[in-house]
Amino acid sequence: MKKTISAAFLCVILLALYLPIFVLALYSFTDSANIGAIHGFSAQNYVTLFTKPELRDMITGTILLALGSAVLSTVLGTLGAVGVHYSKRFGKTFVGAVNQVPVVNAEVVTAFSLCILLIEVCSVDKSSFLPLLIGHVVLQSPFVYLSVVPKLKQMDNSLYEAALDLGASSQTAIRSVLIQQIFPGIVSGFALEVTLSLDDYFITSYTKPATFDTISTYVVNATKGSQTDIKTALWALSTIIFLVVIALVAVMNFTGNRNARRTMEIEKKNA
Amino acid sequence: MQLRNKSRFGLSRAQLSLPYGLFLVCFVLAPLFVIIYYAFTNGEGKVTLDNLLGFLENPKTTGTLLYSLGIAVVTTSVCLLLAYPIAYILARTKYRHKSVVLMLFIMPMWINFTLRITALKEILTIIEGNLSFHPFLNTVIGMTYDFLPFMILPIYTTLLKLDKSLLEASSDLGADALQTFLKVTLPLSVPGIISGIFMVFLPSMTNYVVLDMLYNSTYIMGSLIGAYFAAYDWHGGSMISLVLLMIILVFTLFTNRYADEDAGNGRGGGVVSR
Repeated sequence: MKKTISAAFLCVILLALYLPIFVLALYSFTDSANIGAIHGFSAQNYVTLFTKPELRDMITGTILLALGSAVLSTVLGTLGAVGVHYSKRFGKTFVGAVNQVPVVNAEVVTAFSLCILLIEVCSVDKSSFLPLLIGHVVLQSPFVYLSVVPKLKQMDNSLYEAALDLGASSQTAIRSVLIQQIFPGIVSGFALEVTLSLDDYFITSYTKPATFDTISTYVVNATKGSQTDIKTALWALSTIIFLVVIALVAVMNFTGNRNARRTMEIEKKNA
Repeated sequence: MQLRNKSRFGLSRAQLSLPYGLFLVCFVLAPLFVIIYYAFTNGEGKVTLDNLLGFLENPKTTGTLLYSLGIAVVTTSVCLLLAYPIAYILARTKYRHKSVVLMLFIMPMWINFTLRITALKEILTIIEGNLSFHPFLNTVIGMTYDFLPFMILPIYTTLLKLDKSLLEASSDLGADALQTFLKVTLPLSVPGIISGIFMVFLPSMTNYVVLDMLYNSTYIMGSLIGAYFAAYDWHGGSMISLVLLMIILVFTLFTNRYADEDAGNGRGGGVVSR
């Protein structure tokens, strides 16, 4: 009985979370411009999405920015975390504390403060993409730092020493022992950074060049505009992103289960 | 030993953190100081309290502050009331595909929020008609829809880590289910609740895009910054930012002792918890 009630509760919340997305997905395959009346099947929205140059540019721009800034912040944040791990107490406290600022700060405040510094004080040109890139790295790198630090704490330090004793140069030891052990943290940090960048509105809108748009800034402008073909093409975009996320989750679950099974087998053998 | 820690370039391992440390100083610390400077100076670079007085004496700005505090308190409460049972059920019950169910609650985090709000707007418009008739209600609905996953995840993580033997001990000592929940489970999940509140409270005070998209209004704190930004009034905008920073600071100081490193970021949890 209790189990039924709790399952029903979960279902209701899930329905509320997903109903809007499903309805939008359904209507993205029709030729109606408003939700409410279905006329007939049409793939026009998907055609518009991939053929209209401004939509195509906006999507590729968003993806390139997300990947580029994520690579940069992963390198920066990982180096930071590794360095701090071997630092004295002051370095640890300092970086740890400042790293927390963008995490807890309101995004709009981060965006505004960066904008004053770069554009007003240092007069960097927004159209150079530099403020945008720096903004996204500020937003993301603290999270890779946070996901690498726990891995460093769990890491077995003697393995690194052993590698050196066995004659590896410290660079080789860092590459093939240290990085190896914290790699899961780096990967999940990277994945998180990409999603943060894809989702960001404030940093982007305060630091981007006037002619450049990411999905977020484009959608916000489009909802105020009156072009219905663009509005409905965005329904198609929402549906595609939803499907991509489902596919990624499925793949992650699959490989995750496989890895878990493999570890269990190894443990069994060792026992 | 000293030699070992040096790499080929003569860098010690600790020095690997220099680029990141420098980056944080330049692009995280420096902007904060710039904001403080701009908040207390005017266009001619003279030190002044005008921006602060302008904020305090203008009924529009103080009204907005109170309104967005109201929005944030209600949104956070609604999220907490919905998220706690969800997290509790997910952490306690043994479903066959529990990881899938958990994923379903987390997945919306990975879909662009502007697209999700677009979807929500379409549905709400069918149900309510003109959304600007109930601005407070629709803002809370929009924010809750957007931020709920960020509240579920940290609470779920803390509940999952909770030592089961404490619950057994409690019932062995004669407490009933409700007492066990109130005296053991709830107090021990406070760190998760706190980081959940952190993830929801501030964004719902500042994310003006949600209401802007729902019914073309921007009557919360974040939008004041947006307005000053649009008018190139760096000094007024800095003052608003400073007020928001103060709110965060006070909040952090009050909750610091409950801090839980692992539940520390609800955003991170989504990927990291696996």
